[in-house]
Amino acid sequence: MDELLHIKDLIIKIKSDEGSRELIKGLNLKVGSQKVVALVGGSGSGKTTAGLAILRLLSDSMDVQGGEILFEGKDLLKASIGDMRRLRGKDIAMVFQEPLSAFNPVFTIGGQINEVLKYHTRLNRRQLQERLHELLELVGLPEPKRVLRSYPHQLSGGMRQRAMIAQAIVANPKLIIADEPTSNLDVTLQAQMIDLFRKLRNDLKISMVLITHDLGIVRELADEVAVLFDGRVVECGPAREVLSEPRHAYTSELTKIL
Amino acid sequence: MLRRTTDYVRAVDNISLTMTQGENLSLVGESGCGKTTLGRMILKLIPSDAGQILFDGQDITRLSPRAIRPMRKNMQMVFQDPFSSLDPRFTIQNILAEAMIFDRKRRAREKKERMIELLKAVNLPGDIRMRYPHEFSGGERQRIAIARALAVNPKLLILDEAISSLDVLVQEQIIQLLLDLQKKFQMTYLFISHNMRVVKRISSRVAIMYQGKIVEAAPTPEIFQNPQHVYTMELLSAALEYKAVARTSPIILRKNAQLNDKGNGHWVLD
Amino acid sequence: MTTEKKSLSQFQIALKRFQRNRLAMVCVVILALFYFGAVFADFLSPYSFQNEDRSYSYCPPMKVQFFDDQGKARWPYVRGYYFTFDEFHKRIYTIDKFKKYPIQIFNKGDEYKFLGFIPCRYHLFGVDQPGRVHLWGADARGRDLLSRLFFGARISLSIGLIGVTISFTLGLLVGGISGYYGGKLDNIIMRLCEMLMMVPGFYLMLALMVIIPPSFNSLQRYVAIVVVLSFIGWASLARVIRGMSISLREREYVLAAKAIGVSDFAIVLRHILPHTISYSIVAVMLSIPGYILGEAALSLIGLGIQDPIPSWGNLLSDAMGIVRIKFAPWILLPGLFIFITVICFNVVGDALRDYLDPTLRIERK
Repeated sequence: MDELLHIKDLIIKIKSDEGSRELIKGLNLKVGSQKVVALVGGSGSGKTTAGLAILRLLSDSMDVQGGEILFEGKDLLKASIGDMRRLRGKDIAMVFQEPLSAFNPVFTIGGQINEVLKYHTRLNRRQLQERLHELLELVGLPEPKRVLRSYPHQLSGGMRQRAMIAQAIVANPKLIIADEPTSNLDVTLQAQMIDLFRKLRNDLKISMVLITHDLGIVRELADEVAVLFDGRVVECGPAREVLSEPRHAYTSELTKIL
Repeated sequence: MLRRTTDYVRAVDNISLTMTQGENLSLVGESGCGKTTLGRMILKLIPSDAGQILFDGQDITRLSPRAIRPMRKNMQMVFQDPFSSLDPRFTIQNILAEAMIFDRKRRAREKKERMIELLKAVNLPGDIRMRYPHEFSGGERQRIAIARALAVNPKLLILDEAISSLDVLVQEQIIQLLLDLQKKFQMTYLFISHNMRVVKRISSRVAIMYQGKIVEAAPTPEIFQNPQHVYTMELLSAALEYKAVARTSPIILRKNAQLNDKGNGHWVLD
Repeated sequence: MTTEKKSLSQFQIALKRFQRNRLAMVCVVILALFYFGAVFADFLSPYSFQNEDRSYSYCPPMKVQFFDDQGKARWPYVRGYYFTFDEFHKRIYTIDKFKKYPIQIFNKGDEYKFLGFIPCRYHLFGVDQPGRVHLWGADARGRDLLSRLFFGARISLSIGLIGVTISFTLGLLVGGISGYYGGKLDNIIMRLCEMLMMVPGFYLMLALMVIIPPSFNSLQRYVAIVVVLSFIGWASLARVIRGMSISLREREYVLAAKAIGVSDFAIVLRHILPHTISYSIVAVMLSIPGYILGEAALSLIGLGIQDPIPSWGNLLSDAMGIVRIKFAPWILLPGLFIFITVICFNVVGDALRDYLDPTLRIERK
């Protein structure tokens, strides 16, 4: 059983001015190696929160109240801050929805990716440069020298998105958590992004938790899908099966639109 | 023909467009193609540099701000971002009341009844009037925005990516609501969108925009079954089959290309 | 969606959070007390601000006695004082053991008009003639410092409020309109503001006050000071509001209002300016101390409120002189009050800034 990530009975409470309520009431999710698992749900369903919880990036108003998040057998919820820091970016990386906010606008792209690389590896300067060029080529960014020297606002949306992916895979992570990676993109860019993700899974053997509400992408890219509704996974299984023969009422609502 | 120059880049370049009453025209294109600019120019929110805009036969292009005001109740817009198109400091009541400025003669009680009527038309309960926008979900806020647009009884409703930021199930609800409202109030819709799936569902005619120009326009079934312009074909392939075309340089449009009628109401730029 | 829950505006949410900040609430209470004291000065102080008795000149603060010479508890009283000169011609006040003046609550003293129009003679406390009660000492002419502090509060605290109202209104309107329209109008207005801001405030203030004819009575003087202070204050607020207005006019709800046909002025007033409130309130709170200090500075050097009308500033001018401070340190009390007031406004303004800004950010799902 090669399970890379196993979320067991996760419970997350969210605090607001009116008191606290349970956002996630018992989430179960398994991600095997080299598999793309889609976590599907409507807005407010908690799917982004679940993704952030894996890397313990939740804000102060959210509280994990129970469950385990096992990564390669170890419970991340009980890991020390030092361990989490080493993990983030290296074993598990995250790709966000808005490429503009993933990068610091006052530093160059090259500088920022370099920083991540230096933190997680021990390469010398020449090796770092080589690796950076390799990475940019991998994600399909032409003119690596120019891109590395540019600031985030100087690149187009699609290029920024690719740069963000480059930053995520810089230390060869085993798992990528992608939170609505294509919702802000135009259709043509979206299609290119899906191609890139396929490449990450097939060639680089990276697993992915794909958080989205768009079943079209799920159909194109995901191996398995878990449908999140009312704080729980109400249906999960191989993507093809779930989409063609949904069993839960919510899932069939979603597939009807497809 | 409408044209607007911004720093020597034509955001909207020689566009000629006609809409007949009661139809649903979708204006499709990717970001930066000028579709939002065009929408706002039609509503006279942005000035145009050349050309004419005729509404119901009347030339509204060069009207003074004061003369435009009574025209405004003929056309309204629903914006993309439900979080910023409603002023967060206004209660729902204030938002709707502001839209009813043409009803100044009405008394308070009548205004209140009209508000409840409007909210009911978008399937929202009338007693939410004292609440604030931040208490509602994205879909609910868009419905409030639609209610606000309906308040002046517009003949034309422009929806500028109005459902793009909502999740799929909510999108479906709003689409259904819009279709119902159209029948009820006999409005004409101009959809600005980049979501081909939704466009296919809701529009009777589609116009594809690229770099400020319309490259293809045809009735909906035609566009999807028989796309003729290169860009349209790329768009459809990416949108419906998620197949991207590897392209090293953007599509170049010839400077003096014209829209030609290929029959069946199908126009292509070449 | 339940309809029983009361819906809170974002402002009310911010207010709730503010109330949990103890330090800020303490400062609010202190300020409230000061303003209360200013409003009800006539009643709360034992004497009017002009009541003098030279035999009590520079009288030190009197202790209220609760026990008599034998140690028995008695109704609170103060002792009589008389003074003699020592070899340095300094006054020494000695207690006259035989004169005891019980403190009377609600006694009859100087006449005044309650709330400005009801003639009244009652004061919160006082002593019968010929005794005097100076809880915080007296000044050169034997005028009670406590009473003068209360009356001084009226001037010093109100100048801040009135001045800030004027410059606030000016700054908001000018800044909002300038930013909304942009173009040439914006250019002209901003250059005007910059010219105003170029002149150093304090010197501009002095220059303007010197122009005022000495024949002005105290009320006219007061108005002049307020006008002068607001005149130098509104330009910087206008500039910041103008910047905010420029970014706010791009918001979609502004476009929506335009699409409905709302007039430009109404848009600025209803959609743009209210969104600058978080900054404006903080700016107001933090600039009131400037007005208070401005008036104090003017009165200190004699260009502001003139004697006999007390303001905390001109009360302090009595304290200019090391000899006086050494032998009658209580005349520095006005300085302490100015200090406390300024600190309180700063704390409240700071806390408001913390609570108003993040709360006004719209929650996204």
